[in-house]
Amino acid sequence: MKKLGFIVNPVAGMGGKVGLKGTDGLNILKKAKRLGAEPVAQKRAQKALARLKMIKDEIEIITYPSEMGENIAKKCGFLPRVIGSIKTGKTTANDTKKASKEFMDLEVDLLLFAGGDGTARDIYDAVGDGMVVLGIPAGVKIYSAVFACNPERAGDLAELYLKNRVRKVKDVEILDIDEDSYRAGRLNTRLYGYLKIPFRERLVQKMKSGSSADEKYFQEAIAEDVIENMKDGWYYVIGPGTTTAPIMEKLNLKYTLLGVDVIYNKKLIGNDLNEKQILKYTEGKRVKLIVTPIGGQGYIFGRGNQQLSPRIIENAGKENIIVVATKQKINSLKGKPLLVDTGDEKLDKMLCDYFVVTTGYNERIVYKVTF
Amino acid sequence: MKSKLRKFHQAKWDEPIIYELSNKGEKGIIMPEAEEEIKEIAGDEISELPENMIRKTPPALPEISQMRVLKHYLRLSQETLGADLNVDIGQGTCTMKYSPKINEKFATSLKVTELHPYQDESTVQGILEIMYKLDLFLREISGLDRFTFQPGGGSQAILTMASIIEAYHKFKGESEKRNEIITTIFSHPSDAAAPAVMGYKIFYIYPDENGIPDIEALKKVVSEKTAGLLITNPEDTGIFNPKIAEFTKIVHDVGGLCGYDQANANGILGITRSKEADFDMCFFNLHKTFSSPHGCGGPATGALGVTKKLLNFLPVPLVEFNGEKYYFNYDIPYSIGKVRQYYGVVSAIVRAYAWIISLGDEGLKEVARIAVLNNNYLMKKVKEIPGADAPYAEGKHRVEQVRYSWEKLTQETGITTEDVTRRMVDYGFHMWSSHHPFIVPEPFTLEPTESYSKAEIDEYIEGLKRVAEEAYKTPDIVKNAPHRSVIHKINTESLDNPSKWAITWRAYLKKHKKG
Repeated sequence: MKKLGFIVNPVAGMGGKVGLKGTDGLNILKKAKRLGAEPVAQKRAQKALARLKMIKDEIEIITYPSEMGENIAKKCGFLPRVIGSIKTGKTTANDTKKASKEFMDLEVDLLLFAGGDGTARDIYDAVGDGMVVLGIPAGVKIYSAVFACNPERAGDLAELYLKNRVRKVKDVEILDIDEDSYRAGRLNTRLYGYLKIPFRERLVQKMKSGSSADEKYFQEAIAEDVIENMKDGWYYVIGPGTTTAPIMEKLNLKYTLLGVDVIYNKKLIGNDLNEKQILKYTEGKRVKLIVTPIGGQGYIFGRGNQQLSPRIIENAGKENIIVVATKQKINSLKGKPLLVDTGDEKLDKMLCDYFVVTTGYNERIVYKVTF
Repeated sequence: MKSKLRKFHQAKWDEPIIYELSNKGEKGIIMPEAEEEIKEIAGDEISELPENMIRKTPPALPEISQMRVLKHYLRLSQETLGADLNVDIGQGTCTMKYSPKINEKFATSLKVTELHPYQDESTVQGILEIMYKLDLFLREISGLDRFTFQPGGGSQAILTMASIIEAYHKFKGESEKRNEIITTIFSHPSDAAAPAVMGYKIFYIYPDENGIPDIEALKKVVSEKTAGLLITNPEDTGIFNPKIAEFTKIVHDVGGLCGYDQANANGILGITRSKEADFDMCFFNLHKTFSSPHGCGGPATGALGVTKKLLNFLPVPLVEFNGEKYYFNYDIPYSIGKVRQYYGVVSAIVRAYAWIISLGDEGLKEVARIAVLNNNYLMKKVKEIPGADAPYAEGKHRVEQVRYSWEKLTQETGITTEDVTRRMVDYGFHMWSSHHPFIVPEPFTLEPTESYSKAEIDEYIEGLKRVAEEAYKTPDIVKNAPHRSVIHKINTESLDNPSKWAITWRAYLKKHKKG
């Protein structure tokens, strides 16, 4: 019998309607409640879980007490195994973390959780990418691709995965958005990590092409292309992301998935460098920046790679920016342009142009960048 | 008469693979013993063959009686939804028009089927005349100067165009530096794939906000490295690029060549031509626009035409006429050689010739007009179906097909285009999702051609409408479809697994019947 871990972050989403742009942290939660915020996560979690009624007898639901899952599971007609303990009405991020760890120890097949980006980060903190998860969107900020587009679809995908109809998983980005600066009108993000979610491949695609050419394959093809075109005597600044990582893997170099690495003549200069360190190596030198869009909106600068500051970009020059992305990723933008948000308006304007994006071996697309 | 959905249930025979029907010693035909006199004259013909040509073991063919073989294939045919059986407008981009049966008679007459490619020219003047004249027709239709029928399909014609591009730049001493081919994301995928296998670097142009390829992106990317542009128009979205002559000019200005993928020219026959858009080359799929059956229904031909400037690079041989007789010309100075053995798929050439002759120039134009009218009627109706949409070029007409989207349906009900595909089968319809690129979410592509009546198009629309209604009201019926077809859901995951593929009986035994 398949095991489904199920938790609800009961406070997720409460800041939304009262305009607080998030509910991370106790003080904000108090403020939200003062402003009359109502719990929304329960309803959304229920909508998702109700989709699993059909396979009620085929799965075991393991959940946390009361408002962290038990109530909803019972409402949906399940007889859940309830573990752990909480202080009702006073749950915190620690409860999410604790529950995630316990689910992992119990080897659940899938963790279905209702929450927002903060909840996703808590799960990542607790268990890394050690188990397959899926988010029911219930938070204020939903920047991470770990969430289905709505609660019903989260339920459907969970059902397909638990029934073995969907077997593949993929890594998706978790972004860390600093809520304080977000409230101040600035979006300050960094790439926080990757979680594994079930991946419903477009079955139509397989039927026609019969190929196993998934995203990983294209990432490797991109890496081959980039390496083949690398020139000696140039510094290469490798931005964060799963699309740039295979470049370092193929060169047998140590790399940081979430940070910026620098190489020269295919040798490692430094890992996880900050703006200052990058400038130290590259300022005034011949340098190429390799970046990939991070987050769902298609930002090539200003989301998840803020180490690559305006000064670094200007030093390299527009013509030395190598944008890499799989076609899947570009196509997921649905025709919207790639974006930049470097924090320097003049530079952003200068970067507004058509960029040649490397999407495979010997394969490029010409794509608009704007801000 | 108001069109309604018909009651339908497909035959389901649970028919084994033909090899599994084999019984040792069972015969289709028992040949009578030859008479003594004949035996004497013929001698032992087997032993006269060279030793190395005689098989040591007989071929592993199934042994079955004639009647059983007949039943086998009739049953299989009942288990398919072929172009002659269903309203086959669900396979957009493929131009599933009616192929008149009279043309089939010509193509399968002994006069055609008993020809051999090595016959002397003097004995095949008739078929050479047909080839020569079909070339003249296509010159008229395209405005270009010379056609070859050698490419055995659209992708091979694209490969031929790319080979001519390479040969041309080689001739000019520029092939080393010109290693880039530009195409668009909604051109046929082979426009990128064929030059890519030759080692070209491929650049894709995406649509602008109006749904036509972004001309500014093209300007940005052309250079002295540009070898050529390979492009479809109208694209698979059914949107015609009105700036196409500007596109070819931009590419010509940097010294590149322009190849027009007209595999499907059904909406523009007699309306626009390659020549006026200043293309150097184009090709037509005789098995699409020109009514030779498509895909599994019949063999393909990508008839490729060029302007005078590229005549010397065409594949050999070309069919020529000297005023008295038709003959093969192998004397093409910079020919790329052969892209396929012999002269083209004769049956497809005969059908296309007959089709053009029967319609005449006004008839061809009429084909395009009706195909476009049918398509725009269909689009209006499909857009009224809940959950369906036609992305790009809102409020504008399309040419001969449309790539639609079930995205809204999927978001609201969880029913995907793949689910709809399976449910349509329950009503006796084929609906195909799409081929690359998967930019339009939950895609489906419909192309009604000129062949279908309003009544039949309405019937198909009723099918889509019903399935969409079911998606909102009783989604499980759609999700678990088909219910009235040959097989239930197929687990497509094995398609990703080469260790499961078996396209021959031998491979099947090896991979699936181990031990």
